[in-house]
Amino acid sequence: MTNERRVVITGCGVATPFGIGVESLWDGLISGKSGIRKIEAYDPGGFDSVLGAEVPEFKSRDYIPKNYRKSVKVMARDIELAVACAYEAVKDAALVTKCIVDRDESDGPVTICPTRFGANIGAGLICADIQELAGSLQTSGNHETLEFDFKQWGQEGMTTLTPLWLLKFLPNMLGCHVTIVHDAQAPSNTITCGEASSHLAVGEGFRTIARGAADVCICGGAESKMNPMSVMRQQVMGRIVSGHDDTPEAACKPFSHDSDGMVAGEGGGLLILEELESAKARGARIYCEVVGFGAASKITSWHAPDPSGRAVSLALKNALADAKISPEKVDLLCAMGSGICGFDDSELAGIRTAFGDRKNIPAMAIKGSVGMGGAGCGSIDLASTTMAMHHNTIPSSKNAASSQTDGLLQFAENDPVDARIDVAVSQAYSLSGAQTAAVVLRRYEA
Amino acid sequence: MSNRPLSKRRTVITGIGWVTPLGHEIETVWKRLLAGESGVRKTTHFDASTFPSQFSSQVKDFDFAALLGDELAKRHETASLNSKFALVAAKNAWQCAEMDGALALDKTRVGVYLGGGEGPLDFESVAAAAIGGWDSNDGGSLNSVKWAEVARERLTHMMELEQDPNLAASHVAVLLGAEGPSFNTLTACAASTQAIGEATSIIRRGDADVMISGGAHSMIHPLGVTGFNRLTALSTRNDSVESASRPFDRTRDGFVLGEGAAIVILEEYEHAKARGAKILAEVAGYGSTADAFRITDIHDQGRGAVAAMRLAIEDAGLQPTDIEYINAHGTSTEENDKIETLAIRSLFGGTKSAPPVSSIKSMMGHLIAAAGATELITCVLALRDGILPPTMNYQTPDPNCDLDYIPNEPRKAAIKTALSNSFGFGGQNDTLVIRKIKG
Repeated sequence: MTNERRVVITGCGVATPFGIGVESLWDGLISGKSGIRKIEAYDPGGFDSVLGAEVPEFKSRDYIPKNYRKSVKVMARDIELAVACAYEAVKDAALVTKCIVDRDESDGPVTICPTRFGANIGAGLICADIQELAGSLQTSGNHETLEFDFKQWGQEGMTTLTPLWLLKFLPNMLGCHVTIVHDAQAPSNTITCGEASSHLAVGEGFRTIARGAADVCICGGAESKMNPMSVMRQQVMGRIVSGHDDTPEAACKPFSHDSDGMVAGEGGGLLILEELESAKARGARIYCEVVGFGAASKITSWHAPDPSGRAVSLALKNALADAKISPEKVDLLCAMGSGICGFDDSELAGIRTAFGDRKNIPAMAIKGSVGMGGAGCGSIDLASTTMAMHHNTIPSSKNAASSQTDGLLQFAENDPVDARIDVAVSQAYSLSGAQTAAVVLRRYEA
Repeated sequence: MSNRPLSKRRTVITGIGWVTPLGHEIETVWKRLLAGESGVRKTTHFDASTFPSQFSSQVKDFDFAALLGDELAKRHETASLNSKFALVAAKNAWQCAEMDGALALDKTRVGVYLGGGEGPLDFESVAAAAIGGWDSNDGGSLNSVKWAEVARERLTHMMELEQDPNLAASHVAVLLGAEGPSFNTLTACAASTQAIGEATSIIRRGDADVMISGGAHSMIHPLGVTGFNRLTALSTRNDSVESASRPFDRTRDGFVLGEGAAIVILEEYEHAKARGAKILAEVAGYGSTADAFRITDIHDQGRGAVAAMRLAIEDAGLQPTDIEYINAHGTSTEENDKIETLAIRSLFGGTKSAPPVSSIKSMMGHLIAAAGATELITCVLALRDGILPPTMNYQTPDPNCDLDYIPNEPRKAAIKTALSNSFGFGGQNDTLVIRKIKG
């Protein structure tokens, strides 16, 4: 489309097992650290695996103005992660929002018009805090038969839940808290498509700015699976690795023939997408340009991934066509690489179809060190890809095996590799559903 | 600022389908809405007999296999209730659009954008694990090891899979073979309006030629009702359930929880014309804003609502005076109805100059994520037949709500444009404007 407004990335804020902030993520990736450890949030003893990828302790109150601290009590951990990412992203972009002014961190007024500031934040199926919910439900239960007494619950039991209980778990509350704290009044969307959410949200944020409905959009996603309910859900769906409790660093092996599952995690990332002229006008540092977005869907069975990876290939093709970039020009591919065998095979098949004859595509797949945090993991990939381009360095992909991709992907396996990256693609798919998405980034030259 | 790209691709509606508390067919439900019938009854999905709200607007007589056909129903038999609603609505909308066999559709250019809710959780299993995992020593706490023992026995793969909120969109994609862009948004009560607005943009910008869009949701399950009851958002008029939802009436005391699905087939105008499709309406404008105010309250001046309506009207290239009917969010809560009225008054320059407004939630209840799409379909039918559905149960005027709400009786009006509002918890505001165009 001619005359389309161009969109650039000017800030990244992340929460990962390496810490809060994009520097800790990049440092963790290039130094080859692993964020996978025994879960501390609860006793994981009764589960198939004790491993998780937890974000080190942080307090969401440190990322909001003082006058908003009372709202922390209605934030599920997913929301707290989003709030931390938002602050980090805004600071990284050197934007002055209401949050920054309210925290007395700026001498001047806000630098973005609230009605031109949008949000698109991917979210997961936020699990109720099982400790809190169980405390209420058990008041109406028969402890011998485990039966639940609805009459008792309706009369009295439910009053043990705090009145605002529901508001902690609505997926759009990530976006709502972030838009309130930073005063973002332009279109605000919440994409809930599992592991594809962040890519879809960033793609939609890109389109929202391009079509003129906003000048700046904070987008990405966040989710925490580090609670008993979420991990059990993944376990009964057969996705969690087991047998590696004593070797956490080797547990998740993207694209390896002997991989047997993912490590559940948590985290998120929010990117500041900004219309090019608006970014230039305020003298912003520009990491890169968003030049392509593609999405697709296909599912062949509710029990197993599509062996042809058709939706992955369609999303990649759509995104590259949108960017008007041929597959030969891609300098870095960030793959999802869940570590779940059939899914990795499906993803590889899709990549192979989209990239035609290409061999040894420089690639990264970082789930081996950061785990799988659901709706937030894609934006961690996107932030990592952005940093790789910014630093002209491909970080190592822990436990990912180039040799087992049939010559298709070339990971940096031990040490990071220096490489000029002009074009990078990151792609993701939903483990439960049909959705796939890909985002193309290009080096920005002033 | 117009959302319209330079290419001027237009998005039209060529098919509609729904599964609602008032029925599963377009015409039957439309007749019932015009007759002012209520879908609200005593809740039967679970024993709500001691809950503060013992009633809801459930979908009735829903025979999935009969409605979808045995073979297809088998392929989707594991789907959760909301996905099943979506499947039937999507199949009917697709048939309404006469998509099958009309032309060789490029399925990679057909996408899905739903505002689909989460699948109902496996409540009794979750409760059993909670009860079994509870350790009553030391004031009581959850023993996660004991909890896991029960949970791993009771939770099942498919029940957990089908809870993910993108599953309804995935089922619909499978049903109709859509391989284009696929999304699910969950912006609370605004979700399906937002989905249709965003899907409209996707067609305009050229990322797809056809989008299957709308919403599906059921929160009529123990924790859904509990959550809304704890928020005191629901009507507790257990003695007069059919008239419990009374939008804009002074005696309103909360909304009535509903369930269902509504799907529209959106299509690029030239694509629709080329295959000789019957065009029901154009989605002419979309406006989306965030209040960015408070989690628990709507902005007291309706700032975001006014902006969403204004943006949608501008996007359609219209003036407020061009709008001939508003299908309100009109939930029957004290706050929403007051502030929505204020917002309409403020945008349209006073009570006298505002167009007639009605809320079908007085009959349907509130379908949460699916509400906006049922209301947009209602606007399409109002446009088609030149008749506006009433706001039922309107008896006692409220000085804060002083618009023309089309009280209790439908009204003939040959309108060409209609506006539909949806506002979600946390300050999500989405507005669509549709317009009649010649097929």
